[in-house]
Amino acid sequence: MDFFHVLVVLLESTIRVSVPLVFAALAGLFTERAGVFDIGLEGKMLGAAFAAGAVAAVTQSVWMGLIAAILISVLLSLIHGYASITQRGNQIVSGVAINFIVAGSTVILGQAWFRQGGRTPALGEGARFQTINFPGADAIRHVPVLGPIYADLLSGHFLLTYLAFAMVPASWWILYRTRFGLRLRAVGENPGAVDTAGISVIWLRYRAVICCGILCGFAGAYLSLAMTAGFVKGMTAGKGYIALAALIFAKWRPFNVMLACLLFGFLDALAIRLQGTPLPLVGQVPVQLMQALPYILTVILLAGFIGKAIPPKAGGVPYVKER
Amino acid sequence: MDNIAIELRGIDKSFGLVHANKDINLKVRKGTIHGIIGENGAGKSTLMSILYGFYQADSGEIFVDGKPVSIRDPNTAISVGIGMVHQHFMLVENFTVLENVMLGAEDSQILNKGIAKARQELKRLEKEYALEVNPDALIEELPVGLQQRVEILKALYRRADILILDEPTGVLTPAEADHLFRILGQLKAQGKTIILITHKLREIMAITDEVSVMRRGEMVATRTTRETSVEELAELMVGRRVLLRVEKGESSPGDVKLSVQGLTIKDSRGVTMVDDVSFEVRAGEIVGIAGVAGNGQSELLEAIAGIRKATSGTVLLNGKSVDVTGHRDPAELRARGLAHVPEDRHHVGLVLKFEESENSILGYHHDPRYLNGAFLNIDAIRKDAEEKIAKYDIRPPNARLKTANFSGGNQQKIVLAREMERGPDVLIIGQPTRGVDVGAIEFIHKRIIEMRDQGKAVLLVSVELDEIRSLSDRILVMFAGRVVGERSPEATEGELGLLMAGVEGRKEAAE
Repeated sequence: MDFFHVLVVLLESTIRVSVPLVFAALAGLFTERAGVFDIGLEGKMLGAAFAAGAVAAVTQSVWMGLIAAILISVLLSLIHGYASITQRGNQIVSGVAINFIVAGSTVILGQAWFRQGGRTPALGEGARFQTINFPGADAIRHVPVLGPIYADLLSGHFLLTYLAFAMVPASWWILYRTRFGLRLRAVGENPGAVDTAGISVIWLRYRAVICCGILCGFAGAYLSLAMTAGFVKGMTAGKGYIALAALIFAKWRPFNVMLACLLFGFLDALAIRLQGTPLPLVGQVPVQLMQALPYILTVILLAGFIGKAIPPKAGGVPYVKER
Repeated sequence: MDNIAIELRGIDKSFGLVHANKDINLKVRKGTIHGIIGENGAGKSTLMSILYGFYQADSGEIFVDGKPVSIRDPNTAISVGIGMVHQHFMLVENFTVLENVMLGAEDSQILNKGIAKARQELKRLEKEYALEVNPDALIEELPVGLQQRVEILKALYRRADILILDEPTGVLTPAEADHLFRILGQLKAQGKTIILITHKLREIMAITDEVSVMRRGEMVATRTTRETSVEELAELMVGRRVLLRVEKGESSPGDVKLSVQGLTIKDSRGVTMVDDVSFEVRAGEIVGIAGVAGNGQSELLEAIAGIRKATSGTVLLNGKSVDVTGHRDPAELRARGLAHVPEDRHHVGLVLKFEESENSILGYHHDPRYLNGAFLNIDAIRKDAEEKIAKYDIRPPNARLKTANFSGGNQQKIVLAREMERGPDVLIIGQPTRGVDVGAIEFIHKRIIEMRDQGKAVLLVSVELDEIRSLSDRILVMFAGRVVGERSPEATEGELGLLMAGVEGRKEAAE
């Protein structure tokens, strides 16, 4: 049973590290499907994590922290939206700018307010999320196979974890089964078709960007209110970019996004697990190699194995009426 | 007066310095097909975009069914019963037909209910107007003709009584265009009002009841189609008499300038595009290659121009061999006296973002005339461009304007001026007047004949049979990659048509 035990632990931590990826990749799904490329997922997540940590530390309320995270993230999204939708600026430049501004300002503000080297104070019980244990989890923990799966894999996660995975079918439903979703996908492919059908391209794209902001807010809050108890500078550590890679890897489809995030999460969990343990045949593997694996995998698989990832046709292009 | 569907009074619109519509008045009667004709850039599309709420007029009034309406956006246009089929289809390519038809008229927040209703309604429309199309097909998998049908269905689904079609036949094959006209006739019979925007005189004569002519932003005349003629309309469009048939004298062919022997071209999948083609072009003659688009003419032209690699065969330029199967070097060919006016001027002939003067030397920029040591001699280039502008009547006469801002006809003149003014021995031209308006067509045809009279060898490829017949001294017909026959320009349209369809050719080849 040793191998099984290791596997359960590995999968459990896969789920844990996948949550922010799932939120962020779904956030990217909404804007990119609407034709607004967003390289600023990283920055929004980081800003949200900081807001959550700071507000929760001051108010001692996890919910205030969550609300602050979402507000900041939506605000950053609206800035990106204003630059790229209203002002028709370059979406990559705007996204990168947001990443840099947030990376710098969270440290400055954190130091100015809390004087802990850019951290926010460690959060006590009421100020962070607690894990949820399913009824009877402890009782059946020792039942072989099913016990650990129920008690460790399914039970014992944070509320936001369940929300993240619930957002996958929810996003699919919104995108493929509602009027909003139909229009959102259309505006990412051919905004002209949307405009001539009498729908406002600008307002539609703003709504998509706001959806992105909300989801990035959850991702950030998860980092500083659930995964760790407080904000640490640069704590997103490239998760926004991995989410972006997962989005491309998944060819902009919700369920594929989840699978891609789980795969990348698994590699991450494996990297942590393998730290310092030599592998048979290969010997010691540098951690950096494992950390680079998601990106290497994306490039290799996109290059030849899963076929072409075709982005939304109008992606990255501001809408201008002809002439 | 109650039978007027649409009336425009004093519509005026400017884009910056461009006065696109000047005090336009127009009445369109209910249940008719009303043509609006004019050269490219005459302001037709702008006028219709105002009617559809895409742009706002600076001043003027719009009446629909006698009632004044203010059309602020496409939504209001749709609500008063105006539908539009755009020149570039406004369809989402990876959506199904059904999704495209529904978009913007979904009825409810959640799609499921709307889908069933839309499917039913679509079926009814298909039956009523004989517009069959599979509602579950993806747009990108449909041929252009069917995509256009979806656009029409979109308008009808929104209960449009007035249908505007902007250059609907530009992307259609002749057969598809005929089919479209039948559909339009049927729509008219059902009481719909149709506004047809086009620059093709033939279409106006074939299908409209009334026709209004626009010229340089003004509405210059409205005629009953039965009482007018192609000549009158052409004159109204251009503002002067137009020769629809070019006049040319006898040709006096000299030495062989271009000789193609056994040229075979296979594409990257190994499919034979051009199959063992041989011909010669002599100095002082125009050889036209006729054929339905896609029968190997484009590939043949590209191989001779040194853009595409041939699989086998030889080409002699001025009696000297050209390496068509190996190393391709269009610049070397140009230096040896070959000039090429490509079929697709937007992708091959011009860089649209460059200014006019830059495009007017593109490919010849190594000429010492345009250089100042290692640098471009901008003054010399602009002066040269201005000379060409004057000689080829390129409008607006501004060498520093971005090329994208010129109309199709003027862009073509920029390419022609560049290639013809080099004084080449051999000129190969693809689709010289595609997307070019009547006035410019006449000018371009005259220039091509002049080149011939100066003793140049001209190879002309065009899908416009009229053009081939009026310019060529000899006509070669291509079908399925082979030259299936040679005819004189006196051959009838029917005779050439049979060859182009591959009917006569097979017999000839068998004999």
